[in-house]
Amino acid sequence: MLSATETPALEIEDLRFAYTVRGREREVLHSLSLRIGRGESYGLVGESGCGKSTAALAAMRYLPANGRIVAGSVRIDGRDLYRLSNQDLRRLRCDVVSMVYQDPGRALNPSLTIGRQLREVFEVAGRGGAESAAGARDMLRRVRIADPDRVLDRYPHQLSGGMQQRVCIAMALASNPALLILDEPTTGLDATIEAEVLDLIAQLRADFGTAILFISHNLAVVAEMCDRVGILYGGALAEEGAARDLFESPRHPYTAALLQCLPRAGQQKQQGRLQTIPGALPSPGEIVSGCAFADRCAYTQARCRTEAPLLRDIGGRRTRCHFPERIAAAAPGSVDAACPTREPAPALLRLDQISKTYATVHGPAKVLHEISLELRAGETLGVVGESGSGKSTLAKVILGLAPHDAGGRIELGSATLPRDLRRRAGDQVKAIQIVFQNPEGALNRSHAVDRIIGRALTKLSGLAGAVRAGRVASLLESMQVAARYFHVFPRQLSGGLKQRVAIARAFAGEPRIVVCDEPTSALDVSVQAAILNLLAELQAQKSVAYVFISHDLGVVRYIADRIMVLYLGRVLEIGSAAQVFAGPHHPYTEALLSSAPSLEGSPRDRVALKGEIPSVLERQAGCVFHSRCPRKFGALCETEPPPLREFEPGHALRCHLPVDELGRS
Amino acid sequence: MSVAAVAPPAVSRWRDVRRIALRSPTFLSGAAIVLFWVGCALFGARLTPYDPLADDVINSLMPPSSEHWFGTDQLGRDVFSRVIAGARDILTVAPLATGLGTAAGASLGLASGYFGGWFDAIVGRIIDAFLALPLIVVSLLALTALGTSNATVVAVIGLSFTPIIARTVRAAVLGERELDYVVACHLRMESSAYIMFVEILPNVVAPVLVEATVRLGYAIFAVATLSFLGFGIQPPSPDWGLSIATNYSLVGDYYWTVLFDALAIASLVIGVNLLADGLEHAVRD
Amino acid sequence: MSSIAAFLGQRLGWAVMTLLILSVMVFFGAQVLPGNIGRAILGPLADVAAVTALNHELGVDRPLWVQYWDWISHFVRGDMGRSFIYHTPVFPFVAASLTKSLALALVVCVLVIPLSLAGGVYAALKAHRAADRIITLTGLAMTVVPEFVSGIILILVFGVWLRWLPISAKWADDAGLLGRLDHLILPALPLVLILFGYIAKMARAGTLAALESDYTRTAVLKGLPQATVIGRHVLRNALLPTISVIGTQVGYLIGGLIVVETLFNYRGIGALIFSAAKAKDFPMLQAGVLTVGLCYTVAAIFADLLFYLLNPRLRSGGAR
Repeated sequence: MLSATETPALEIEDLRFAYTVRGREREVLHSLSLRIGRGESYGLVGESGCGKSTAALAAMRYLPANGRIVAGSVRIDGRDLYRLSNQDLRRLRCDVVSMVYQDPGRALNPSLTIGRQLREVFEVAGRGGAESAAGARDMLRRVRIADPDRVLDRYPHQLSGGMQQRVCIAMALASNPALLILDEPTTGLDATIEAEVLDLIAQLRADFGTAILFISHNLAVVAEMCDRVGILYGGALAEEGAARDLFESPRHPYTAALLQCLPRAGQQKQQGRLQTIPGALPSPGEIVSGCAFADRCAYTQARCRTEAPLLRDIGGRRTRCHFPERIAAAAPGSVDAACPTREPAPALLRLDQISKTYATVHGPAKVLHEISLELRAGETLGVVGESGSGKSTLAKVILGLAPHDAGGRIELGSATLPRDLRRRAGDQVKAIQIVFQNPEGALNRSHAVDRIIGRALTKLSGLAGAVRAGRVASLLESMQVAARYFHVFPRQLSGGLKQRVAIARAFAGEPRIVVCDEPTSALDVSVQAAILNLLAELQAQKSVAYVFISHDLGVVRYIADRIMVLYLGRVLEIGSAAQVFAGPHHPYTEALLSSAPSLEGSPRDRVALKGEIPSVLERQAGCVFHSRCPRKFGALCETEPPPLREFEPGHALRCHLPVDELGRS
Repeated sequence: MSVAAVAPPAVSRWRDVRRIALRSPTFLSGAAIVLFWVGCALFGARLTPYDPLADDVINSLMPPSSEHWFGTDQLGRDVFSRVIAGARDILTVAPLATGLGTAAGASLGLASGYFGGWFDAIVGRIIDAFLALPLIVVSLLALTALGTSNATVVAVIGLSFTPIIARTVRAAVLGERELDYVVACHLRMESSAYIMFVEILPNVVAPVLVEATVRLGYAIFAVATLSFLGFGIQPPSPDWGLSIATNYSLVGDYYWTVLFDALAIASLVIGVNLLADGLEHAVRD
Repeated sequence: MSSIAAFLGQRLGWAVMTLLILSVMVFFGAQVLPGNIGRAILGPLADVAAVTALNHELGVDRPLWVQYWDWISHFVRGDMGRSFIYHTPVFPFVAASLTKSLALALVVCVLVIPLSLAGGVYAALKAHRAADRIITLTGLAMTVVPEFVSGIILILVFGVWLRWLPISAKWADDAGLLGRLDHLILPALPLVLILFGYIAKMARAGTLAALESDYTRTAVLKGLPQATVIGRHVLRNALLPTISVIGTQVGYLIGGLIVVETLFNYRGIGALIFSAAKAKDFPMLQAGVLTVGLCYTVAAIFADLLFYLLNPRLRSGGAR
């Protein structure tokens, strides 16, 4: 750990940072103080608006024109960052500190080759010519890129997201810095790719001995990657301590509440609803008296509202709370819910051998291959898959937005559903609705909330006049959208509220099936729990069926009754949630499950997958997964596509391996 | 007490836009210039010290003095009065042409962007063909064929703007069409007309408005140029372009017959463009 | 190499289609709109017999599509018809005037392109400070002043009062290259002023976008010196979009010189079109206009080709 005499890699003291927006100055960071020792890994966690990205940029002294340091200091390797001359600052950025960003595609210059961008890191350090070329090649090998010479000649847009991020990591570590700052480096990458990149970072950290500042909103990732963690709320540290300890026994109500919001360790909706945090996140720069979290805290006292607590040391932990000893251990609490066991209902939606081929410039791309599934009323089918799996296309096919190929059939109830939305009958269209991933684009920004819901009611339920107005109000209230938001425009609503309005709109016509396309991916953790609860509630009340698409396995496990795993348009495994999570697993499912970071943080045997996800255009002979499968055993996998076999009631797999040889959890 | 929970007022975007615009010096200076000339156009007749059309040949070509602030022209007419009065024709023709072009262009762009397919492809080629010619050339061709009058000038310039505005609107519509709220409309069985005009149009008004204001500047530019070439506003109007055309051979010795009209055109066009610039910044927020 | 050929081929295909539509539009505008050509030429007071005779002589009483085909099939072979006024082939007029317009356009380009690119980039580098405001506002002001207005002011200042430059573009027959250039500067200036504002604005916007991008942040945070960041990372991406704009603006230059050519007495294609319009010489007018459209299309293709060659995304194919 941090020795008293060693200069810390990063030392931030009482940092206050403000932006000037529309003439008004808003303080986004209030007295942030943290220290990262040599070779130590520190995670900075927070939800939107907490100021974590600002902290990262302030630590590199890359300030936008309208931002400034109000007070405090940043020391890197003992040197005061804001007292350095431009020349010295440049040297510092060159030799001592590096950064890796969230969107690797945009962080790379589209007009320069990878080689050029990598070599200049060496050149600016004074090692030019042949040395820089060799260095570049060497770095690419260290980030596990198999064919460095080929990649060096390529342009960024020719690489996949995972490759781009590896290149960025190579650029960052080429100068062997003392401190590496990572700002959400794996957000947006597929689960298996994310796992590999995180592994890589851990490995390189061990090799180079670099100190790391890891910024993320994902508690599980931080738990795995970091020695110590700081929780940021409203521009200041709420709590800080060793990762394992902090997540096992939090000493701040916010940390405790966050942990309780996450669906954990096999929690499922039948067992109860998720905990939520009432109220809303403070907007950046909001001025509050007393504790910033007081309004939402379960342990508030009078003192909390008048006196702002200071960050104090309690035996190896720092917390900003007046009453840290009152926080109960973070056992996954749950609110009881009336969840009657349901008899299995008859099949509501049936897909039979559905395929979808798109005509592209490079030839026909078959995105879905003979998918069959059944959905019952009141049931949630979780659809899991990475890029290219076809899950979004499946949603579009079900909704009629993309007509499937001839030869397949979709049945709703007892009637065959026309392929094209425009040919479907009114009540067929009403019966299947959608909740989108991004609440931003889902609501027309020029229409007020009541107008949006009113129109949906008019078209889907045929209501008008006073009856409609009454129904608008009751529908919105049942989604916990307060009356004061009815006449407001979407841009004035938070992400969570927008999603509630979107859900209200989807339910306006009393649908029987709702496709949920990553409905909580764009939301903060605390908001996510509330939305999941809402969806579970609605399902219990109305017996509506969900097709729930998500990449987050914890969320899927919570809300899904049955789970379907897709890979390149084929179903590799399908079964009940319990069955899929317990095993025996398809090798791909096994890899997916092992790649999900968990809060328990214990090192697990991660199943590494070779190579990249193949392109949809390539023709696959044999098993579609064989090029990456760690359990591939022979020529059979390459020549013969395995059939989907049901080996226990309700659980089917597509693999040549005998069931006894497959992995279990 | 922490954050108070107050009902947020229903602030539509336009209130914000108006607030920002009214604080922007660019917008305000542009507006001031334009309003000045609009005032001249509306009330000019009552403000001019002399009758702009009255000859006074004895006093022809007098330099600026206390009696005639801008001097007199070949026929002894007071240049100052003519400059004030000259605002009227150009501020009738140019805005009408812009309005025509915007309405036609917006409709075409909406349909082209929304429906896509072969309709969009064909319209796109026609627009490309139109845009291959400079505005003046197209106008000359059409006005030669149709004859020159204020009405034909409005029609010709208005229709020449249609392709450019259609293209701007089309681009904006293409961006909107992919958003999820449009998908939600399909899932409610909304008609195409409803989606285009009730859902999409309000969201593309902002760029259209900015583009229309820029086009207004070009319209003034074009009308002045056409008048100079003799194909625009016809005599005996005190129009600025026309005055310059009549008098520019005199420019060496009698600069005042041309300079003030030139400055009037320049100031009006600059004013409109400042307005457009200010509006663009307000809308972008 | 073959991808360039494919790109060019596709682009040329579109261009031909556009030009065909353009030719129809020009023909329609010139032949159909006036309705009765003979009447348009002779005026409302001429008697019907004379009008009919003239119409027959000009061949405008034949079916429209026959006239169109006749015209276009000759045009592509270089036969642009005969002038109504001079009764001689149109082609030599168009060819000669086009050459002169191209010369003037060249002078404009050589003056304006380096100046406006440098101005725009510099303004972006000093964004929101005094230098930027000056450049932006000046550019804006100059863009919107019609060429005849600025032309007149320039004539007054440089030609009449200061007497630095000749005010007519007609040079003596034995003038050398420098002498000719001397005469072309004043006519070129109004266009330089207009184009400067427009191109500088695009260059500024492109540079600002590049400066605010993530890849510039990466470059700065790598510790690269300012000059390298701008020279190697920013400029390329900043100026790429400007190429298309320059291409189209240059295309407009050919025909848009009407006013300047008239003002300075320069017999370019703009002046040709103008005089044909005044005289209602439809074949000359048609031919001139279509030629202008042709030049613009060629310039646009060039600009697209350049953009394609300089843009790695297009050149080397898609992702993965």
